[in-house]
Amino acid sequence: MTNAYIFDAVRTPRGKGRKDGALHEITALSLIVQVLEAISDRNALDTAYVDDLIVGCVSPVSEQGSDIARTAALMAGYAESVAGVQVSRFCASGLEACNIAAAKVASGEAQLAIGGGVESMSRIPMGSDRGAWPTDPSVSFATSFVGQGIGADLIATLDGHSRADVDAYAVESQRRAARAWTEGRFHRSIVPVRDQLGLIALDRDEHMRPQTTMQSLAGLEPAFTKAADAGFGAVALQNYPQIERIQHVHHAGNSSGIVDGASAVLFGTRKMGQELGLSPRARVVGAASIGSDPSIMLTGPAAVTSKLLGRLGMSVRDIDLFELNEAFASVVLRMMEELHVPHDQMNVNGGAIAMGHPLGATGAMILGAAVDELERSDRETALVTLCVGAGMGTAMVVERV
Amino acid sequence: MNNFTITIAESGLSTIVFDVPGRSMNTITPDAVDEFDEVVTRIASDEGIRGCVFVSGKANGFCAGADLGTQGERAAVADTSETQLRDEFERAARFSRLLRRLETCGKPVAIALEGLALGGGLETALACHYRVAARHPKMKLGLPEATVGLLPGGGGTQRLPRLIGAAKALPYLLQGRPVSADEAFSAGFVHAVVDPGEALGAAEAWLLNVGDPVQPWDKPGFVVPGGGPHTPTGSPAFVNGAAQLRKRTYLNYPAQTNILQAVYEGIQVPMDAALRIETRYFIRTRHTPEAKAMIRTQFQSRQALAKGDPRPAGVAPFDIGKAGVIGAGMMGAGIAYVQAAAGIETVLIDVTREQAEKGKAHCAALVRKEIERGRMEEAAGEALLGRIHATDDYADIEGSDIVIEAVFEDRALKARVTALAEARLGAHAVFGTNTSTLPITGLAEASMRAGNFIGIHFFSPVDRMELVEIIVGKNSSEACLAKTLDYVRRIRKTPIVVNDSRGFYTSRCFGTYTAEGVELLVDGVAPAIIENVGRATGMPRGPLELYDDVALDLILKVREQARRDLGDAFEPRASDAVLDALVNGHGRCGRKNGKGFYDYPAGAPKQLWPGLAGIAPVTRAAGDPALVEEVRTRLLYRQAVEAARCLSEGVITDPRAADVGAILAWGFAPWTGGPLSLIDMIGVAAFVAACDDLAARCGPRFSPPPLLREIAAEGGSIYERAARRAA
Repeated sequence: MTNAYIFDAVRTPRGKGRKDGALHEITALSLIVQVLEAISDRNALDTAYVDDLIVGCVSPVSEQGSDIARTAALMAGYAESVAGVQVSRFCASGLEACNIAAAKVASGEAQLAIGGGVESMSRIPMGSDRGAWPTDPSVSFATSFVGQGIGADLIATLDGHSRADVDAYAVESQRRAARAWTEGRFHRSIVPVRDQLGLIALDRDEHMRPQTTMQSLAGLEPAFTKAADAGFGAVALQNYPQIERIQHVHHAGNSSGIVDGASAVLFGTRKMGQELGLSPRARVVGAASIGSDPSIMLTGPAAVTSKLLGRLGMSVRDIDLFELNEAFASVVLRMMEELHVPHDQMNVNGGAIAMGHPLGATGAMILGAAVDELERSDRETALVTLCVGAGMGTAMVVERV
Repeated sequence: MNNFTITIAESGLSTIVFDVPGRSMNTITPDAVDEFDEVVTRIASDEGIRGCVFVSGKANGFCAGADLGTQGERAAVADTSETQLRDEFERAARFSRLLRRLETCGKPVAIALEGLALGGGLETALACHYRVAARHPKMKLGLPEATVGLLPGGGGTQRLPRLIGAAKALPYLLQGRPVSADEAFSAGFVHAVVDPGEALGAAEAWLLNVGDPVQPWDKPGFVVPGGGPHTPTGSPAFVNGAAQLRKRTYLNYPAQTNILQAVYEGIQVPMDAALRIETRYFIRTRHTPEAKAMIRTQFQSRQALAKGDPRPAGVAPFDIGKAGVIGAGMMGAGIAYVQAAAGIETVLIDVTREQAEKGKAHCAALVRKEIERGRMEEAAGEALLGRIHATDDYADIEGSDIVIEAVFEDRALKARVTALAEARLGAHAVFGTNTSTLPITGLAEASMRAGNFIGIHFFSPVDRMELVEIIVGKNSSEACLAKTLDYVRRIRKTPIVVNDSRGFYTSRCFGTYTAEGVELLVDGVAPAIIENVGRATGMPRGPLELYDDVALDLILKVREQARRDLGDAFEPRASDAVLDALVNGHGRCGRKNGKGFYDYPAGAPKQLWPGLAGIAPVTRAAGDPALVEEVRTRLLYRQAVEAARCLSEGVITDPRAADVGAILAWGFAPWTGGPLSLIDMIGVAAFVAACDDLAARCGPRFSPPPLLREIAAEGGSIYERAARRAA
């Protein structure tokens, strides 16, 4: 097998996923096109060498439908020969796109491939693609479907994490993200989004609230009580009867933000990099995906990490930096406790609680953030993972070259 | 044709009268279906017919639905070979296809409903192009199939959502609650509501003036109201609906699960395909053992018992003119209320006139509630109260045909009022004692006429609880039993007959559920698991919360009484020590003093008391599937084995009574059809083996009784044996 290398990683800033968000006026297509243009411009890339473009997108309907990857390649001015495929692994779609791109390179199918993702949650709301999983009663019954928020609260209840525990985690995420921006730690990967006139529409993550304190969070109402009362709480208890009552500790301030954004990561063989004058920044050490209980849904990260590290003959101690998507605070708290990951190696520059989680794009965003941070902090290895809908988990390990 | 009469007026309007011969109520019999085929053919082909209207030949309604006896026989079929399934599909689809032919016959079809249309009756109406319902007080429109474990198979799961949208249709389909003409109109499943007697005229007017022969769903561009399952407005009915169904049913009812599925799949395709999907789910549902058990218990057995079956033969019908009730507390007042509601002159007696009047005031409150809910006319309420005579004078009960004593559970007191009453009663009057715990034969010792002395165990609240447990004492006569059955029927309750034994049937078996909950607690199972799994078995509440509701000190007293009465034969339970620790060690008496197994914080939901761990340390805290299965099995099997023991000991002799009584008295998981049906469903031999295993691990309380071993050895079922003995 050939080694797959990362040559570049870019992302848009994340705009608030609302009608008054800075990116609401920008089409989803434009978001992914702008990061693809950045990849090609920054690297003076002859795109004819790109064999495939894999784009993660969780709600591939309306303007995100009809294989947005191929559409984006064509609209970004890439060579007509560049194929494109849209994939969904729910919240890990962006990382899965990178895993596929890397695997294509490693297998010899591609010499150069791009993985990335896009989600305009303000324009195509979460759940727009419906699907059998939540809607077909037979699936709902067989898998004990409940929304992610209920799963997050259930994890906190099972683990004994209080509202104060999850809020403290959220405050720290905001602090770290603010510090990272202040110190320019995202400088290398951020591609400002431009509007129809070419003017900058957004150049900084819009969702952050650096002034967040325990006190300011204390005033927020739990977000998932209503869904629990509508029946989903009962479903969760039928699956986890050891719980008398779910403690609803998550709210808008300690859950990932709903945002718009896009990302792209350029993979290739060392040889192709040399031919095109690209410097490898990191090597893909391995990747994996798993499934776990679809109902609680968010317990995949530790499981996939154990599987991947086991296969690579590594242990948690061999990893310098962890990036786990901050879907909900309890998800990160659980992985840190289960695998004994120190907090100062986990999401060192904040995460989705502060900056938002543009579903299909996030995986490639946090992979890029890990590569940037390895270089900045002069460390060697990073593991990137996300919890995924229906109980899956996806991960990649990279090492700095 | 025997079931239908077709007449054609000069206008070309045809009137089709549905009137099944030899039955008081129309049901869809195989014969009626055969003739319905002819009717549809005639409507379609007779050029003299311009349009038609269906009416009933019965005064009490149009049609009560399918013949459930036939459905019961076809339920839980074991043969699921491809040939059998194809054949069954053809047979099951027949009525549905006829209705489809009717609504696509090209001529307008109306229906004039002057009385109830349930199940297949309403499905027939839904296949008509125009539905008029008269505003009769007894009008009932509904699809009650789910309540007996079945799925509407005549298009009901497809037409109703297409008429009113899935979100509005699903509650009617899943819960089977029948509605009035006005509610049906505002929900959108009838076109017009008229005064009684005017339905036919309204239907004919529509046929003459409008007469659109095309159903909405057969018109181009039709969309399901509210949208399909994969639209923003249509999806919550399924996404949230599935969660709500599961919250309510714990997935114990395959009929309801299949109904939701049939609606989900069906409304995404055209009607003909939708009806095929419905037929498939209809058959799948009918094949479940739950359908078989529920049809038998919830419909057949319940109806038979409500009619007083089996009543001792040769006793003249009991004509009740006047009846006395002694003790005007909650129970006595409730009994007086149901008697008066049934038109019986009632004497309500207590120690003081004031107390008796207080009891009557309770009846007046019940009357007010009924009037407020529109279920009783003012005049009827006044008449009802006029029949209740509150008094402190035993002379007033003279001339009563029956007297019910409902004083406190105290032997001496009961003996005293028995003597006082008997002094005033005629030789043939029945004396019924309302007790839930005290053996009748012992109480009868206070009676001078033990042949006429019988136990009549009412359940609280009397006005709402359908069941009455009749306890036959050692000396109670056959005539006394027959009269008591007549009395219970007269007050519109469902009786079960049991023989005298401690706790009789219902209290004895119900107590095993709560006691087993505490056994599990003592075995180290986390209390939340006991409660959650208890509810998941289909029981209405968890065992520990039920204990709290009954009151822990009261149960201790009953146990103490039993210990004194039984001496060496008393079998201590693990729960005794736990209850003793809670009541006497911690002052926790249950909900009534705000602390029991639970804490009851003001303004917040109750919470399991953390201190329970000090009484019974938790060693099994993970709700893994194996533990859940064990808890579920122990809670259900413990009750079932006790019911079987009652049958084996002759405390109860009729399996139907055991099953109906269990569901009506203590809410035993209705999906099972009752504890004995559950044993048959599991298989008697398998149940005996499981109980032997449980007895070895948990104690002799699980030991299967000799009768079950006999049946297991024969290889039959409890119900087959009962049928053989009856034959």
